[in-house]
Amino acid sequence: MTQRLFLPLVVAATVVFAVAPLLIAWAPYESTMGLVQKIFYFHMPSWAAMFVSALVCGVASAFFLFKGHATGDRIAAAAAELAVVFGLIGLVTGPLWARKAWGVWWQWDARLTMALVLWMIFISYLLLREYGGPGSEKLAAGVALFGMANVPFVYWSVNVWRTVHPTTNVVPTLVPGMRIALWWSLAGFLLLYTTTMMARVRLESQRASLDRLYRDLDD
Amino acid sequence: MKRFLRVALLIMRKDLTVEARSRELLLTTLFFAVSAVLVFAFGFVRDGRPVENAAAGILWIAIAFAGTLALGRTFERERYHDVLHALLLAPVDRPAIYVGKLLGILVLLGTVEIVVVPLVALLFQAPLLRQPLLIVTLLAFGTVGFAAVGTLFAAMLIRARSRDVLLPVLLYPLTIPVIIAGVRGTAALLQPEADIAMARAWIGMLGFFDVVFITLSLWTFEPVMTE
Amino acid sequence: MVLRGRMLCVLLTLWIGVAGTVETGTVSLSVQPQQQEEFVPVEELEPEDQLPAAPLLVAAYAFAWLAIFVYLWSIWRRLAHVERELGDLARRMAKR
Repeated sequence: MTQRLFLPLVVAATVVFAVAPLLIAWAPYESTMGLVQKIFYFHMPSWAAMFVSALVCGVASAFFLFKGHATGDRIAAAAAELAVVFGLIGLVTGPLWARKAWGVWWQWDARLTMALVLWMIFISYLLLREYGGPGSEKLAAGVALFGMANVPFVYWSVNVWRTVHPTTNVVPTLVPGMRIALWWSLAGFLLLYTTTMMARVRLESQRASLDRLYRDLDD
Repeated sequence: MKRFLRVALLIMRKDLTVEARSRELLLTTLFFAVSAVLVFAFGFVRDGRPVENAAAGILWIAIAFAGTLALGRTFERERYHDVLHALLLAPVDRPAIYVGKLLGILVLLGTVEIVVVPLVALLFQAPLLRQPLLIVTLLAFGTVGFAAVGTLFAAMLIRARSRDVLLPVLLYPLTIPVIIAGVRGTAALLQPEADIAMARAWIGMLGFFDVVFITLSLWTFEPVMTE
Repeated sequence: MVLRGRMLCVLLTLWIGVAGTVETGTVSLSVQPQQQEEFVPVEELEPEDQLPAAPLLVAAYAFAWLAIFVYLWSIWRRLAHVERELGDLARRMAKR
């Protein structure tokens, strides 16, 4: 099933990504921020992909922890890595935009802080898996689960601070040209996410079968 | 339920008895916390006067650092004599073991705070004892939240490699809400005009955090500790 | 398995191509403000002290493409490595 879907998805992702720059170039200028606002078309979708990945990781970890599905663990490991990659894109493109729009690289704003903390939780997840030795999958699943539970608290605790980040309410107010470019990029990122995720899960299950073969060889 | 509590209290008593005999953890953690406060003092004192609003941050960082150290050491001791393994083999509720360990850590950290809080108040001229009830509640809820997450992860890491460095790596990002709430709540009380409403809001948030994370820990302790 | 590896290879070549086009795309974007001036309100015309937006934009897109590209390449490399090892092992087991 996933085997057959992979190629069409790769083609679709490539086509969407190839067209995205044209749509972004064609999208009208935002009146107050001008050219730099165009970073938005990659910034917001990369965070969307990151949050999808975080959610996938949390749910898969819960399945692994409470039901013992090994597939859940593989999906969680792949999702955590992708969350870090997409989060990195968001974390780098964000300050580049902020430097021009706000005049500073970084603000201790609710959204920024929450995103940074979530990103750090996934880095600690990967560090644990990498250096925790045998048996660290279960611990990592615990980290993912606690990381999920943490999001509302971090958000609440920093929400008291002054916020400068645009909220999700801006999306419906975009002019049509911008909206098309945004949705297009978002579709591209989600397609890219799906295909990368499939390849990454594949890597994880191939590693598992390699381990199994080595064990069989030892016996 | 009664049995659960009895097991938890027994485990706490075991830890405290071991500690009362050697006093290793209490003395080292206490000295570490005091040293941390002093290091911050050197960092934040200019021309003989402390930087304003530094006290709340220093207090909570000292607690978080000392807490990590205590958590690591407590479980290292268990690992050394394979005690946790034996405990897990015992025919008792696994979550009761977690609660017992948590209570032990809380007693230890509470003792450390009894020394560190007046010390910070003294060194940084902070009116920490102006609102004693609110400060104590804030410290209690914050410490419970930090220790609840910390006990689970320290117990989990007992079997992992490089556990010394992994414990803070995992624990700090996960307990950021506790640190933010603790620092902000304490800072609200230390202002020239104490902001009681703000401190109450942070205490409420910490209480909510404690409930959610203790529930989650009780729920995950069993599956993560099963090999 | 090998097919998957090859597929990723094809994907990567496509990416390089696309990355190339977007690179030129963003560069040409930076010259566009002259043509699209009607969208920029007059009071927003660049004051002398403001930062130029183009380098920031180019940096952002270049980084995004680079990160995606490097990550896909790393998956492909790791997958190729594991699959080669799997193949070796399968052959060794068949020989026994």
